[in-house]
Amino acid sequence: MENINFEDNFESKLSRNENIEPKDWMPEDYRKANIRQISQHAHSEIIGMLPEGNWITRAPSLRRKMVLLAKVQDEAGHGLYLYSACETLGISREEILDQLYTGKAKYSSIFNYPTLTWADMGAIGWLVDGAAIMNQVMLQRTSYGPYARAMVRICKEESFHQRQGYEIMCTLAKGSPAQKEMAQDALNRWWWPTLMMFGPPDKESIHTAQAVKWKIKRETNDQLRQRFVNQTVPQGEMIGLTFPDEKLKWNESKKNYDFGEPNWEEFQNVIHGNGPCNKERLSTRVTAHKEGKWVREALEAYANKKKKVAA
Amino acid sequence: MTNKEALFNYCLRLGDNNLILGHRLSEWTGRGPMLEEEMALCNIALDLLGQANSFLQYAAKVEAKGRSEDDLAYLRNDREFFNTLLAEHPNGDYAFTIMRQFLMSAFDFYFYDELKKSSDETLAGIAAKAHKEITYHLRHSSNWAERLGDGTEESHSRIQNALDELWRFTAELFEMNEVDGLLLKEKISVDLKSIKPKWEKLVNEVLQRATLKIPVNTFMQRGSRDGKHTEHLGYLLAEMQHLHRTHPGVQW
Amino acid sequence: MSDQGIVWEVFVQKKPGQPFVHCGNVHAHDAELALQNARDLYARRNEGTALWVVPAKYIVASSPEDVGPFFDPANEKIYRHPTFYTVPEGISHM
Repeated sequence: MENINFEDNFESKLSRNENIEPKDWMPEDYRKANIRQISQHAHSEIIGMLPEGNWITRAPSLRRKMVLLAKVQDEAGHGLYLYSACETLGISREEILDQLYTGKAKYSSIFNYPTLTWADMGAIGWLVDGAAIMNQVMLQRTSYGPYARAMVRICKEESFHQRQGYEIMCTLAKGSPAQKEMAQDALNRWWWPTLMMFGPPDKESIHTAQAVKWKIKRETNDQLRQRFVNQTVPQGEMIGLTFPDEKLKWNESKKNYDFGEPNWEEFQNVIHGNGPCNKERLSTRVTAHKEGKWVREALEAYANKKKKVAA
Repeated sequence: MTNKEALFNYCLRLGDNNLILGHRLSEWTGRGPMLEEEMALCNIALDLLGQANSFLQYAAKVEAKGRSEDDLAYLRNDREFFNTLLAEHPNGDYAFTIMRQFLMSAFDFYFYDELKKSSDETLAGIAAKAHKEITYHLRHSSNWAERLGDGTEESHSRIQNALDELWRFTAELFEMNEVDGLLLKEKISVDLKSIKPKWEKLVNEVLQRATLKIPVNTFMQRGSRDGKHTEHLGYLLAEMQHLHRTHPGVQW
Repeated sequence: MSDQGIVWEVFVQKKPGQPFVHCGNVHAHDAELALQNARDLYARRNEGTALWVVPAKYIVASSPEDVGPFFDPANEKIYRHPTFYTVPEGISHM
């Protein structure tokens, strides 16, 4: 009977827009939903280092090289903030990582696409980070306190990520014909996968309704997707690029862009492991983990030796 | 060789050291033994690339032929690079990377401490900033060398192997040629002979704590002062420069 | 200890003289590496001038149930605040 009290308390905290904190009572499903979402988010940051990491050694100027390295480093940092938030829900870093390595946990499918040219660094920053920021801005008000605080920090740090990407696109778009073609090709390849980042349409999303109710998510997939299209299309047109969608058109009466339907079959395929790079991405991290094992064992052995000496 | 040519070459040497080593460290991104450590490696790589940028910028200015720091980084060939052989060695395992880093950082630590006093204000300025950064790099890599050396049997043997493998490139760090001679007269460059005993003392201390043995009777390799490198550098430059070279003269 | 070391809570002091504020945690196998890791993760944008790291297991936290008994009683003690007292007009520096 006591639980009812706790549950009322939990619900009323949510309704007052107060954060739920690690030691607060929470429904088991709320805990699980948060673990799922935060760890998935963290894994996305960590796997997300790889497509861009692919170009650090080939960045075409010193400035671009430093910016890209700093950006990819931020992604590692953001992964860490999020793992740290996730651990407050009573799951260890080892367990969280294990779920990634064994394929039990998901990460954003966008990172299973290859980065084929330098322009992809522009497209990822502009589009993928742009889309991610929509989600992240919303998540600063998510109901779980440690998650919300991690997001505040992440949003602050990420503010340069999208700009540097758009700057790359601008430079390429007004560069040589080959550079412009590179930029257009990157936009063509990344546009639809980016729209899929917001998740399936609301009517088919299994998690959205509950996540909105618990204020883990504050807006639905379709709302965020629409806002992203509205803000991104003028940015592309401004620099003379076109979008690979025949249905894309400003709708004056709705004050929104109408746009076509992403290929959800492809989305499902990539989610279920059949994207162009699913295997490579995961195996890079698994290999890093395995090859780092002797390193971590050495750290532990050294710490134990010193402890004995101290005792 | 004129003094100006000597200064240009000196700046390239310093810029190249940092560029090549920073590039090598950046190859660890996404592949480190622990996420926290990837953060550290990126920070060090960023410091080094920043230093490279400053030195190459200054080199371009000294040369005064309208080349930029990017031209110098991306459009020179292998024989025109002057980074020390130690810096260009591929990463190997984590022990190898740490040992390479430690030997370099220990050198840089004393080197920049002297270069801070250079009569050339630009070099002195870059060195002052670099020295702070290197102080952390040295702390990081010596802590790690100690842990891997005095960790498990496996980590000990891996880092001992790295030391055995890399030791033959350490004498070159202190090699002085005509460039050093000319600039030393002007109090622009560092007397490398003077920092060698300090470097040796520190390296000995740390390696002793790490329970590692410095190899004896090693034949020392050289060549970078004349732009003669290991075969590794060519591949590094091929990767680093290909995009830039594919689109001559454009903005990035 | 485990594969990823233990959890260390990290506190950053933004400027000299200011209080140390909790900013998150890192994993590390020993104190010196915890400090290094904290520096590399939480101080890469000029965030601070000093750092503390402390093993998370040594943090003792109050519970949500403590909120009433711990904190409500302080509400009543208005005499702890300077505005509780009246001083004659024209008195300053007090």
